[in-house]
Amino acid sequence: MSAVNTVTLPLQAGADGSARRAPRRVLPGFKLTLGYTLFYLSVIVLIPLSALIFKTFTLTWDQFVAAVSSPRVMASYRLTFGASLIAASVNAVFGLLVAWVLVRYSFPGKKIIDALVDLPFALPTAVAGISLTALLASNGWIGSILEPYGIQLAFNPNGVVIALIFIGLPFVVRTVQPVLEDAEKELEEAATCLGATRLQTFWYVIFPTIAPALLTGFAMAFARAIGEYGSVIFIAGNMPMISEITPLIIIGKLEQYDYAGATAVAVVLLIISFALLLVINALQAWQRRRSGGASQ
Amino acid sequence: MSNTRTVRRAQAGTTEPTWVKWTLLTIALIFIFLFLVLPLAAVFTEALRKGWDAAFEALKEPDAWSAIRLTLITAAIAVPLNLVFGIAAAWSIAKYEFRGKAFLTTLVDLPFSVSPVVAGLIYVLMFGAQGWIGPWLQAHDIKIVFAIPGIVLATIFVTFPFIARELIPLMQAQGTEEEQAAIVLGATGWQTFWHVTLPNIKWGLVYGVILCNARAMGEFGAVSVVSGHIRGQTNTIPLHVEILYNEYQSVAAFAVASLLALLALVTLVIKQVVEWRFERDQKAAAALPPERPMAAAPAAT
Repeated sequence: MSAVNTVTLPLQAGADGSARRAPRRVLPGFKLTLGYTLFYLSVIVLIPLSALIFKTFTLTWDQFVAAVSSPRVMASYRLTFGASLIAASVNAVFGLLVAWVLVRYSFPGKKIIDALVDLPFALPTAVAGISLTALLASNGWIGSILEPYGIQLAFNPNGVVIALIFIGLPFVVRTVQPVLEDAEKELEEAATCLGATRLQTFWYVIFPTIAPALLTGFAMAFARAIGEYGSVIFIAGNMPMISEITPLIIIGKLEQYDYAGATAVAVVLLIISFALLLVINALQAWQRRRSGGASQ
Repeated sequence: MSNTRTVRRAQAGTTEPTWVKWTLLTIALIFIFLFLVLPLAAVFTEALRKGWDAAFEALKEPDAWSAIRLTLITAAIAVPLNLVFGIAAAWSIAKYEFRGKAFLTTLVDLPFSVSPVVAGLIYVLMFGAQGWIGPWLQAHDIKIVFAIPGIVLATIFVTFPFIARELIPLMQAQGTEEEQAAIVLGATGWQTFWHVTLPNIKWGLVYGVILCNARAMGEFGAVSVVSGHIRGQTNTIPLHVEILYNEYQSVAAFAVASLLALLALVTLVIKQVVEWRFERDQKAAAALPPERPMAAAPAAT
């Protein structure tokens, strides 16, 4: 595309850059659709989000720091980030495994399992929350098996991790799967012909190809886990300092009409979301360069 | 195709030893079973713990009905609005070049990375009693937060990018040649959209709509912040599930939750069907080679 543009530009001299866009403007509706997009985006997303930022400015810097760094809030960051990191890592490992199995092997029921991977996207988080709690509580199917061994998975930080694993699972599978499908078998054959073992081939040939997608999936699962609320609050037990996630801190402050405090913590979460969004964008650009614009 | 398959079989080096294959497969299936199958099965088993009658009893409650009605109303407003936005955003982003396009695309994706709780909070800060226009709303007796409009707004926010992000890559991949041809041949903008663009994007559209709908009906965090939890008035199905669960009415909670689980299953089935149809259409399009170079030619020259 760009090569074509640099050729056409000098031909239409004096068109100061608009020549590049001229052929596309044959289609009508640019102003209407872009105008509506910007209007709707502003009304639904940008103006309300700026309300959050402006509310923060009603606090002094000291008040802000006090609100976002009280011991209870700090404990919630540790839990939210720690649990999200563990869950995203587990998802990276098992998501890669599931993607591998779905792409490379054939087995009965493969199509159903492939469809089922999206369940966490489709199942409302509250339903996931109560269902996982029912499974892991001491009288549940899994909880009752583990209880004699003294393993408690519900109503403590373990439960948070498990809920976050459930929520984040499709991200890794769905980002790795298409890249694995497009990966060239010839490279693997070449590696084998040159005497590499299967493990070496995986590590030096396949893994570098899927690494950007795997990282993207990891970052997406991590970002989603940090903001997650519905599935976690049922299983966490929500004890202050122990199993209280950051989104719940915001709810708690709201219920006490501490709007400024809730806003301050929300701003911290929002900044982290922005940062992660930028990281994910950069990762996706890297992935597109790697796969030559094939995926997404 | 069959040729490469024989080559592959000859070269055992590009597959794992059988025992490795079986181990990987077994671990993956156990993981899927523990994390996806069991939670899904648990919803229905818990709902039917005291039999079908007890489960149906929970669904017949007037509060459950009003929750179902509110969820349907919310989705019926949020999904079409996001659909119109999705088409407009995809048309402007995919069919034209302009400054700041990448930034705009990032902004469209933004609601995905905002915590649902924060999504609810921003509307409380806008429209709540102490919010920006809260006093004015109160003076005019308009309720937005802790009422249905707030629930609808929060739902629109969390489902905002669903349809747009399905359509943008699809419309980008399809380019503008077909539309340009239609315009040159004298079609109006609307005719071009209805007869040229829409048939090309229909599966992406359906795909986006069902995912958007599933999230709209199932959203919990954002809606929970703006709802005010007034039984029979501002409770959606997920909020009703929460209330029943916290009141230790486990069977009733899971019975209502099964409705949402069924919705999720229906969503997955439709999604799968759409994917198959889309692949079939693409294969059919690829099987018509003379059309393609002709359509691509004017752009290249």
